[in-house]
Amino acid sequence: MQKLTMDALREWRVLQQQERAAVDPSTAAIQIVVGMGTCGIAAGSKETLAAIREAVATGGFAHVSVRQAGCMGLCHSEPTVEVSVPGTPTVIYGNVTAANARKIVSEHVVNGRIVTPWVYATSPGRPRVGMEGFNTYPGQLRVVLRNCGVIDPEQIDDYIARDGYAALEKALVRMTPDQVITEISRAGLRGRGGAGFPTGKKWSFAKIQQTDQKYMVCNADEGDPGAYMDRSTLEGDPHSILEAMAIGGYAIGASKGFIYIRAEYPLAIATLETAIAQARAYGLLGDAILGSAFNFDIEIRLGAGAFVCGEETALLASIEGKRGMPSPRPPFPTVKGLWGKPTVINNVETLANVPVILLKGGDWFAKIGTPTSKGTKVFALTGKVQKSGLIEVPMGTTLRQIIFEIGGGIREGHTFKAAQTGGPSGGVIPEQFLDLPLDYESLAKIGSIMGSGGLIVMDQTDCIVDVAKFYLDFTVDESCGKCAPCRIGGRALCNLLTSITCGNGTLADIDRMREIADAMRNASLCGLGQTASNPVVSSLRYFPDEYKAHIVDKKCPSKKCKSLLSYGIDPIKCVGCTACARVCPVHAISGERKQAHVIDAAACIKCGQCFTVCKFRAVSRD
Amino acid sequence: MSSAKKEAAASQALTPELKTFIAEWKSKPGNLIMVLHQIQERFGYIPRKAAFEVADLLDVPLARIYGVITFYNFFKLNRPGRNRIQICMGTACYLSGGEDIILEIEEMLGVGLNTVTPDGEFSIEAVRCLGCCGLAPVLMINGVVYGKVKMEELPGILARYKKAS
Repeated sequence: MQKLTMDALREWRVLQQQERAAVDPSTAAIQIVVGMGTCGIAAGSKETLAAIREAVATGGFAHVSVRQAGCMGLCHSEPTVEVSVPGTPTVIYGNVTAANARKIVSEHVVNGRIVTPWVYATSPGRPRVGMEGFNTYPGQLRVVLRNCGVIDPEQIDDYIARDGYAALEKALVRMTPDQVITEISRAGLRGRGGAGFPTGKKWSFAKIQQTDQKYMVCNADEGDPGAYMDRSTLEGDPHSILEAMAIGGYAIGASKGFIYIRAEYPLAIATLETAIAQARAYGLLGDAILGSAFNFDIEIRLGAGAFVCGEETALLASIEGKRGMPSPRPPFPTVKGLWGKPTVINNVETLANVPVILLKGGDWFAKIGTPTSKGTKVFALTGKVQKSGLIEVPMGTTLRQIIFEIGGGIREGHTFKAAQTGGPSGGVIPEQFLDLPLDYESLAKIGSIMGSGGLIVMDQTDCIVDVAKFYLDFTVDESCGKCAPCRIGGRALCNLLTSITCGNGTLADIDRMREIADAMRNASLCGLGQTASNPVVSSLRYFPDEYKAHIVDKKCPSKKCKSLLSYGIDPIKCVGCTACARVCPVHAISGERKQAHVIDAAACIKCGQCFTVCKFRAVSRD
Repeated sequence: MSSAKKEAAASQALTPELKTFIAEWKSKPGNLIMVLHQIQERFGYIPRKAAFEVADLLDVPLARIYGVITFYNFFKLNRPGRNRIQICMGTACYLSGGEDIILEIEEMLGVGLNTVTPDGEFSIEAVRCLGCCGLAPVLMINGVVYGKVKMEELPGILARYKKAS
């Protein structure tokens, strides 16, 4: 492939679009697309794809195209396969094993009969209109995820056919760097890593610096447990990030970019490496891009399992090959960043919005969302929902819409207890706020944060105190140790929570935790320490009774905290099968065969084995 | 040194491919973490001998190298088991019983977290979120991800990796 000039890119795009459009119904190909994100592969999509390819090859069909794409967002029904046959609606099948795949080929592809029980979603249209066409995505608006699940991330031509690199072209030919920044500011784009800083402003701070070298950095560390928005974007649409970084480089005057990506994402890393190589081959990265005077190239740098490296100054230290410890600000990275040079660090999701904003205009973007929070937000909806998945909604969508309309409500017939946004830096959101329109300000007001997009749903079997302890365990482990408030305060909070969940807490502990939380929030060096106490503070605010139950009654209302459970045997239900006595590791259960058994409460270590093994539901725990 | 020990020591030395990689990266600022990743990929951990060689080749004090290795969770100082079991401790997996899976596997193999079984076959770690939250609870063995894992399935899963005796 030769390096493209502006004109060549335009011509190539038209050619690719024509190839993909179903122009003549008689020659229109049958199209099969298999979702091959990390989740899909974990669920077996590699075997599914192989089975489909084999079935198609042995069947000798010339007019069937079998392609792979990134994640379609239907995590609860992986592997997913989209099938488009002329004369039938396009459908997405869910839970497609290799065996099911063979059946789908013979039934739907050969005989035109949709296998209805396996259909997850239907779209009336052909050709493929992108994921919005499907009836399963009510209320979603896929801007960031526009190409995920639609294009093959390993084919740059797929990206180009869907207006890929058209924004970069527009910027280089028809816009000055200042105009690019103005458009981003007009859109109202705010940082999607969680802090929500206006992106246009950040770019302008870097642009005005007079220096020989500047850097664009993409933060793909995505350390929040339960969040995988960025992983899916990088696996499904890597070029959107490359294009955005090049546009950013043009705007601020940088010729070098780095993508800092966590090592735990091997598929995303491989996909990015392929994309960078392909972009370079086309002359879309490197020297004299598209024949212009603009040079920009990108390098990948790996993280190594440190949550704190998602913090911008720690991230820069990591790229510099050092221990990932944050630094005081000012000076901010836009003034003095990587190796002392002005650096813009943007989250993956923030960047993915950039090409669309340039093509459709900042005003178009600003019409979506709320007055202070424009555009959409991608959420990883997980936990106790029926339909766990990756969704994208306009800012201002309510929790109720997300959890109950899109997510299908709480699974196993349980009741909603709370949602958690912002991961370890966020807070719990109880039932009374289900109708809260989600945006940066509304979440901050109730004691949480938008965060990167992890949205965990909890039901009545989840213990709020235990979840707070889980998050503190995490942040204490991940604390870099540099500043005392976080290093010592975090550990103290964690110890107090542990003692409360073990039944050793006192009411004075609650005031103590508030005091420590205050100190950490005000005096920690970086965002990790400043927000580490949020789970505790917000859970104290909305679920004070749960804390009181643990402390005063020494009981866990959700029956989660093992040390607070007491096990007993109902003498009426017990048939004396001795199964529990045999499995008890400390021989705390006594009884004759066919006689009701008894648990010695003093000896019981509350492991729960007897409860698990009893077939007669004679063992109770509360 | 006995020949077995010599062999073991030699096997922890940097391979020609690794030395080439280091030479390529020597002039790039911030190369240390990328170099350590290559070494861990080859050996499964960072052998002491390899760390010494890197200090020499990159002209970096050994203390700095160990400072970086010990800071980052990903880098290991000890050889893992032949089969590396990694259990996800992300939030969704935790809520779906990830901790119970850890306890069960520890029970089954008779070793705790971050330890290798005496025969060198298995090691267990709790890892950060693997990003497959829709399949919670998740565990990964030698890079292969198992989703929606139930306790009853654990013996069967582990059996696939046990050496035929």
